[in-house]
Amino acid sequence: MSEFEAIYWIWWRELKRYVRDKSRVLSSFIQPLLFLIVLGSGFGFVKISNFNYQTFLFPGIVAISLVGISISSGISVIWDREFGFLKEILVAPVSRTSIFIGKALGGCTTALIQGIFILCLSFLFGINLDFLTFFSAIIIMLLISLGLVSVGLIIASLLETIEGFGLIMNFLIMPLMFLSAAFFPLNQAPDWLKTVSLIDPLTYGVDALRQILIKNSFIPFSVDILVLSGFSLIMVLLGGLAFNRQR
Amino acid sequence: MFAIETFNLTKDFNGLRAVNNISIQINQGEIFGLLGPNGAGKTTFISMLCTILKPTSGTAKVNGFDIIKQKDQVRKSIGIVFQDSSLEDRLTARENLEMHAGLYGVPKSERKKRIDEVLELVGLVDRQNEIVRKYSGGMKRRLEIARGLIHYPKVLFLDEPTLGLDPQTREHIWDYIKKLAAREKITILLTTHYMEEADALCNRVAIIDRGEIKVLDTPENLKKSLEGDVITLEVANQTNLEKIKEFEEVKNFHIVDGKIHITVRDGEKFVPKLLSFAEKEGIKVDSINIRRPSLEDVFLHYTGREIRDGEISEKEGLKSFARRRRL
Repeated sequence: MSEFEAIYWIWWRELKRYVRDKSRVLSSFIQPLLFLIVLGSGFGFVKISNFNYQTFLFPGIVAISLVGISISSGISVIWDREFGFLKEILVAPVSRTSIFIGKALGGCTTALIQGIFILCLSFLFGINLDFLTFFSAIIIMLLISLGLVSVGLIIASLLETIEGFGLIMNFLIMPLMFLSAAFFPLNQAPDWLKTVSLIDPLTYGVDALRQILIKNSFIPFSVDILVLSGFSLIMVLLGGLAFNRQR
Repeated sequence: MFAIETFNLTKDFNGLRAVNNISIQINQGEIFGLLGPNGAGKTTFISMLCTILKPTSGTAKVNGFDIIKQKDQVRKSIGIVFQDSSLEDRLTARENLEMHAGLYGVPKSERKKRIDEVLELVGLVDRQNEIVRKYSGGMKRRLEIARGLIHYPKVLFLDEPTLGLDPQTREHIWDYIKKLAAREKITILLTTHYMEEADALCNRVAIIDRGEIKVLDTPENLKKSLEGDVITLEVANQTNLEKIKEFEEVKNFHIVDGKIHITVRDGEKFVPKLLSFAEKEGIKVDSINIRRPSLEDVFLHYTGREIRDGEISEKEGLKSFARRRRL
């Protein structure tokens, strides 16, 4: 019972932090919107399998909007350590697993808030967002962010200082995004790019969302789900393990 | 039962012994002070008692629970105020307290009342809904003390509770600590490197240096153990000083930073003797001062050093902290 309570409070705190930090809320929306507006309009002349580029791009942007916020919310543990708050949590009579779960759920919630906001713009692109579409999209988004928050938490428990932070953000987030086939159709990419993209777990998230939202996909849906679930599960397990081993 | 009892508690860091074989007993309801310079092993010692660090050898009991085998029970029965702030500064004071109450499993029905109680105790009722980021250093410390008390701990650990605070704020914090000790019927273990702090607050004081307890007693007894007066002498030339030791009145003799500290039984009568000796030996005396011994002298007596020796590293510590903050 008290472990559930602890999970709740750690989750609650993540959420409060997010809501209070207006600049973070605002800036986290800007990047996906920028991609959508600038790339979408700039490549307005391009048509991909009968969709105009902006519509084709949209599901990818929904997925991408989750990446930065998920990973950085996991890595925020480093900040907690630096500013002392982590101590308060670590000395509480609460298991490390509960702390991990609370953190992970908190990260997912904030990422989903953002992702759902972007998702709701779908009417602008003539996408019919009925209840089933909306619900299945959220499941995919949850899988994506759960895996990525865990990646952030793993990095945080391996990285002792914040010095390497920027490096990891650039070398992880950017490649994850650009290789995910969010910006281009996978079937028309050169072979080397296709191969690299298929290693990026985010590719399967983008593909699944594309299937759900605009019924266009290059990978069988069942494969998408399998890879995404497997990725999230493994990352959650590794994250939990890394967290329990910390000091 | 003792509130805290340690058995040959020892901690090594990479071959360096930070805490060496400490065995002490702290009674229930007592305010116990661990006095020593920075790096003496104070924080390491209490970190082990709080189950944050695992001892290299030896063990301890806190509220009857073993710090190695019964971590969770220990944690539930203690409150901790760390040296550096560990508040969530984007939450309000009240939210910080609510979260803590939740993490420590304080029953929902009691939470509101208890939070009001501790806020009142540290005088933060009016500011409870402010974001902690806007708090001053003293207010943050008070809030942390309040937070440490929420789950009705039987022992409260205060690690350098007034470090980095201005003298006036420091005395306020002392008042709050005295008040809560009286009201909460709690045992307090505090570490400090301020002599006045140990003197003002503690029932008993242990002087710790280089990981070892040098002496343990009430502040009064410690001062009494240096029976007599402390004469401090400043001289222009440092020749033949060692000969002063040969006077039978001299109980203790230290030279620190060119100042000579002599403890003697009857100071007033010894000064003329000392001065005529100085003249005979060609020692030029610049100034002379007689006073009753303070805890500072006790520390010097038992460690051969002044406690201020450690202060430089504190400043350096603050600087590196500021550097990190800026990043």
